[in-house]
Amino acid sequence: MILAKVLGNVVATQKNHRYENARVMMCEQMTPEGEMTGHTVLALDAVDAGVGDTVLIVQEGWSASTVATGKAGAAIDSAIVGVVDRIDLLETEKVESSGE
Amino acid sequence: MQLARVIGTVVATVKNDSLRHRKLLVVQSLNKELEPQGKPLVAVDAAGAGVGELVFWCRGKEASFPFKREDTPTDCTIIAIVDSDKHVSSQ
Repeated sequence: MILAKVLGNVVATQKNHRYENARVMMCEQMTPEGEMTGHTVLALDAVDAGVGDTVLIVQEGWSASTVATGKAGAAIDSAIVGVVDRIDLLETEKVESSGE
Repeated sequence: MQLARVIGTVVATVKNDSLRHRKLLVVQSLNKELEPQGKPLVAVDAAGAGVGELVFWCRGKEASFPFKREDTPTDCTIIAIVDSDKHVSSQ
C-alpha cells in the first residue's frame, strides 16, 4: 500500500460499467515523513475520504475491486482503503530525513 | 489508475488473435496540473476514446477485465473518458 494525499476528484460520464456510483479521486503519493513526491495516481474511494485527507491506497486489483465495488474482477487497480490519522516513525529516521 | 491524454494511434497488422479489432492508442500520463508525467504507453481502448481526449487507464492484470475474452494480453487499458479538463479538480 502507498501513502497519499487526496487532491480532488475526476468526473467521467463515459466509463466502464463497473465504475458506476464510484468516486474516482486524484491523489498525490507522499513519503511517511510527509513529503509530497509529485507523483499523482487515481484511486477509487472505498472509505468516503475527503479532499486533504492522508489515505492508504492499495495497488492490487483483487483487493481494490472487492473493496470499491463489493465484487472482484473489475478493471480497477487501486482503491483508497483507509484514512490515516497519524504516522509514528523512529526518531533516528526523522533526523536522517530532515538532514538530507 | 492514471490520468492521461491520448496522443496517437498505433496500427499493428500482425498481432495476437485476441487483440483483433481492438483499438491501440498512445497515452501520455498526466499529473495534477495536466502536465506530462512519465513516458508514453500503448493502451488498448475499452471506452471508445479518440486522439486528444483526456482519459484514465488501468494497469496490470485488471486491464484485461473489460474484455469478454479475459485472456486479452494487455497491461494498460483505457477505461473511462474524463468529461473535460475542467472536470479534474485538485487543490
